[in-house]
Amino acid sequence: MCLAVPALVKSIDGDEAEVELGGVTRRASLMLTPEAKVGDYVLLHAGYAINIVDQSEAEETLSMLREMARLGEDNE
Amino acid sequence: MRLADDFRSSQLARGLVGGIRRNSTRKARLMEFCGGHTVAIMKHGIRQLLPPTIEMLSGPGCPVCVTGNADLDKAIALARIPGVILTTFGDMLKVPGSRSSLQEARAEGADVRMVYSTLDALQIARQNPSRQVVFLGVGFETTAPTVAASVLQADKEGVGNYFVLSLHKLCPPVIKAILDSGEIRIGGLICPGHVSAVVGSQSWDFIARDYGIPCVVSGFEPLDILQSVHMLVSQVEKGESRVEIAYRRGVSAEGNKRALEIMYQVFEPGAAAWRGVGAVAASGLKLRKAYQRFDAESAFRFDPGPTVEPKGCICGEVLRAVKTPRDCKLFRTVCTPANPVGPCMVSSEGSCAAYYLYEATDER
Repeated sequence: MCLAVPALVKSIDGDEAEVELGGVTRRASLMLTPEAKVGDYVLLHAGYAINIVDQSEAEETLSMLREMARLGEDNE
Repeated sequence: MRLADDFRSSQLARGLVGGIRRNSTRKARLMEFCGGHTVAIMKHGIRQLLPPTIEMLSGPGCPVCVTGNADLDKAIALARIPGVILTTFGDMLKVPGSRSSLQEARAEGADVRMVYSTLDALQIARQNPSRQVVFLGVGFETTAPTVAASVLQADKEGVGNYFVLSLHKLCPPVIKAILDSGEIRIGGLICPGHVSAVVGSQSWDFIARDYGIPCVVSGFEPLDILQSVHMLVSQVEKGESRVEIAYRRGVSAEGNKRALEIMYQVFEPGAAAWRGVGAVAASGLKLRKAYQRFDAESAFRFDPGPTVEPKGCICGEVLRAVKTPRDCKLFRTVCTPANPVGPCMVSSEGSCAAYYLYEATDER
């Protein structure tokens, strides 16, 4: 039930946004994330953006994962 | 950027598994609190990838599953009131209450409508001014702010026929109740990702500090979970207990302050009854006085009738992680997704449903 998926904010009209996920466009409420901007990814849950996805953190996590994986593989 | 695909790389997964196997020397039971994590772990066969030192337990983090029959009966009784339209997320439709489910009530004439969002429920209220529209508020801190937002919107627009049956639950108090019971011992906690997106990782600080249990907030892709296990194993091996965030792209220490403000503007903590765990103080959310007129429990007179628990169902014990679905005599025989006896088989995030669907790939 706490499923939330990343969706790309395409346009904003007041506290509503048009977001795209998996090639499909739908309306979403930005009442919980009023600071969201066009071009941001938001975590979409039950029609509301519940948080903004931090893309630089995502990149950092991925490079950390690559390093962790490299260390793990070295020892296989 | 393909946020989901990047976190599904099988090559990186192999490396992470190698790291976990190399680092893990101490036995540790790790609990994933969240039903979404249970499904991801089962679906991706993560349990079989882990070394024998690591045991995974599934926790009570499924809002549908922890809703007790007494509360379900309230929703069903409300749905049966002439003039009421009961709106609900789809997961709740098939959950059996004491005498029927919402789906059965609908077959008998009750107006029960599935919605994707409270935005849809509010729209139904606007379109049906002569009817009373009740939203069945089931969910954790992830969902409760969206319900609170709909109440604020209804208040602003003066929508007088919109009501909420608030059965929302808060996660930190129930984890505390489970740990305090002493019934199970866990060596690490995979904290719920999207609850944490709202409440922040700081909400779990007390678990690391007061119980000495390592905590890692995880996302829902396979690499997220492997990374979290990797981080928990590191803490276990070093004898540390801290709260770390593996899911940094979605979760911060302080959470979403705006969402919390809206949630606590509309709701205040109150007691709640959890299936399997019982009453836990300040683990639910009730409408504050200023929004009392939206409270379905006080707006309608209804009799949910006596509560009856399903015979032989061990959902309660499964939710407390003292038993697994395999320990249940009804599992796969009498109780199946097509004919569920307990909620853990109904919900797509229930442990029983996850075991039923994915156990063939998870035989340890």
